[in-house]
Amino acid sequence: MSESVKAVLIRGGVVVDPSSGVEAERDVLLRDGLVAAVELPGVLDAVMEHEQPEVVDASELTVAPGLVDIHVHLREPGQEYKETIATGTRAAAAGGYATVCCMPNTTPVNDTPHWTAWMQAPEREGAVRVHPIAAATVGSMGETLTDYNALRDAGAKGVSDDGKPILGDAIMMSALLAAVRAGLPVIQHAEDTRLTGGCSMNAGAMAFRLGLRGMTVEAEAGIVERDIRLLEEIRQSTGEMPHLHVAHISTARALAAVKRGREHGLHVTCEVAPHHFALTDEALVEYDTNYKMNPPLRVEADREAMLEGLLDGSIDAIATDHAPHAAHEKEQEFERAPNGITGLETALGLSLKLLHRQHKMPLSRVISLLSTMPSEVLQLRGCGSLSVGSKANVVIFDPSADWTFHARRSKSKSKNTPFDGWRLPGPVHCTISEGRIVYRVV
Amino acid sequence: MTERVATTNRATTGIHEGCLISAAQLDVAEVSRILSLANELESMGFKKRAKVLEGRRAALLFYESSTRTRTSFELAAKQLGATTTLVSDKSSSIEKGESLKDTGLTLRALGAECIILRHPSSGAAEMLARFTGLPVLNAGDGWHEHPTQSLLDLRTMLSHGLGGELGAAGQVDSRTLAGKTIAIVGDILHSRVARSNALLLPKLGARVVLCGPVPLLPDAAEEIGPGVSVERDFIATLQQSDVVMMLRIQKERLAGLELDLAEYIAGYQLDEERLKKYAPKALVLHPGPIIRGLELTAEVADGPQSAIEEQVHNGVAIRMAALARALGGKKVGKKKKKDDDSKPVEKKGKGERK
Repeated sequence: MSESVKAVLIRGGVVVDPSSGVEAERDVLLRDGLVAAVELPGVLDAVMEHEQPEVVDASELTVAPGLVDIHVHLREPGQEYKETIATGTRAAAAGGYATVCCMPNTTPVNDTPHWTAWMQAPEREGAVRVHPIAAATVGSMGETLTDYNALRDAGAKGVSDDGKPILGDAIMMSALLAAVRAGLPVIQHAEDTRLTGGCSMNAGAMAFRLGLRGMTVEAEAGIVERDIRLLEEIRQSTGEMPHLHVAHISTARALAAVKRGREHGLHVTCEVAPHHFALTDEALVEYDTNYKMNPPLRVEADREAMLEGLLDGSIDAIATDHAPHAAHEKEQEFERAPNGITGLETALGLSLKLLHRQHKMPLSRVISLLSTMPSEVLQLRGCGSLSVGSKANVVIFDPSADWTFHARRSKSKSKNTPFDGWRLPGPVHCTISEGRIVYRVV
Repeated sequence: MTERVATTNRATTGIHEGCLISAAQLDVAEVSRILSLANELESMGFKKRAKVLEGRRAALLFYESSTRTRTSFELAAKQLGATTTLVSDKSSSIEKGESLKDTGLTLRALGAECIILRHPSSGAAEMLARFTGLPVLNAGDGWHEHPTQSLLDLRTMLSHGLGGELGAAGQVDSRTLAGKTIAIVGDILHSRVARSNALLLPKLGARVVLCGPVPLLPDAAEEIGPGVSVERDFIATLQQSDVVMMLRIQKERLAGLELDLAEYIAGYQLDEERLKKYAPKALVLHPGPIIRGLELTAEVADGPQSAIEEQVHNGVAIRMAALARALGGKKVGKKKKKDDDSKPVEKKGKGERK
């Protein structure tokens, strides 16, 4: 990404920048990978004479800071048949994302500075910026901590054993302490796996109807409640304030625990995936494995709690949990099929549909949840903002238009999505990552 | 709560209309047609009957062991003149790792026109139907459903007069079992038979009472559909029942559930004393296999109120009807089925779907 790229002038659009509060017609000049100027329409026309910038016409479109996904699975190294960093980041670009943070459950697990650096190397051909999240324990086995300082220095933005919880109290306690000293958050996949063996959906009436073992709310909330107790203990015994980030929260009860923790002054944040505020477990009626993920789709009351949490600010960010799987893996008996769905290309549309259109959330707030706030959660400097000096990360889209998502046209290597054929708002016209146009509709 | 099932539009999922996946898919008119067809096929002369599906091919795909279901499907197909082939997970390429989808496609390529599936995973029948586009008869998928079992249970109840004369003739409507209470007792959680019956019988006006201890019967079971309630007390259940259907504890599916069998027997075993005292007129059913001395005693199983063997017997007629329905033999009653020797053309576009 070091090669010099032409300046880009985005003209005629409406800038919506939650970080500065700007929501008005502005032209934006990007130069040397940074936002160089944001000015009233026409003011930057003089630039056209000095240098020949690439001009992007954004008339009647929204110009926003490039989206930031703090939870994706890019499957490389080791599972390139599902996705590669190159294909996953192209899907990200198509979805308006300029930055993604990839989880460490690759093969091998990203638990060393070597793999953390490897994922960011130019040879991976990432279309957008990739920030790895490294394993919290060696091999994500939940036994021995990895070297958080070294991982941070190699570019890791957090530590997590995502896909698995950090289950033991003692190891979680040490992880939180080591992480706060390294200045990293611990990202917890909250699932008490002692309660979820053999489960492939949410526990309750629907699980009974379908004859499938269900994961209880308790299995998620119990871990969040435990983690918050640990934060409290650490504060009392050491005065330290570790940052716990709850990944893909899905239940009202876990969210209530997060809120209580925050009320007690603890550093707790959480993210929600679009499917958890768009769908419920009723969607499983035909055993379509494209509705199978972990955490599972929950009941309507939980879905509503997720929407409410987004509307009232108790949820910090929207993250996709993009989890590609090959067709042959998903085309199996429900209990055997792997968990996870793709999400990079549908997150903006689903957020606009559910939050902006249905629940009247202001556009700038939707963008904030998809860009500014996730950047803050993982302290991604220069992301999530269009103020001068920020990274030249931009998404240009049309919130008033609709488009149809077709899985077969997805840039992801895998097509495991429940949203195939969905009509969504907000077609992306252009995505720019650090000054380079990485997606553009011709 | 049942709306979600009712509103499922199977037409859009590429599932063949001859499928029998779930009791929920059948409306009461369809139930009536199946029961009448069963009566008709059963009373037909064997030579005539052997023409109904002459030359047609059904595959039995069994991933779990079975005595009753497999044999009765096989006998049913043969009595209608169809040829059957049995594929079991133990002696096929399934052992080598062939997927359900590929196994289904292979059977289709070999000329199977209908697949009868028994599988340990809930939802497998629905998936196979989608993968192959063939009529799939669900012979039990995991804990999910066993629709032909519920139909034969219904037929057994009707033959004992629970639905009056019309009912016995296979003519049923939404009032046929009005005022009747059917208890299903025991390991409801793991029982596909319980689910199919709980979805089927209320369509005919029956009340279904599910009875068992919490670990084997979650409260959420009540939400499976209208007309279904949960009762923890076995005696109270017996007192209100016209039919008592006892279920086996599915030890193979308990996986981690701790159950004190002595306690279970004390609370839920159907023995002669309880039956005489609290449900002296009730019909006793059991889908089998029965474990004598556990969910019920030998005296009850072999006693005068038991219709367990009749259930087995009724399996053949119901499965003949299900097969005839699946393979388009609906008009069997009419004179002379068109002699169609040319092999039925495979439905194009109904096959593999993404």
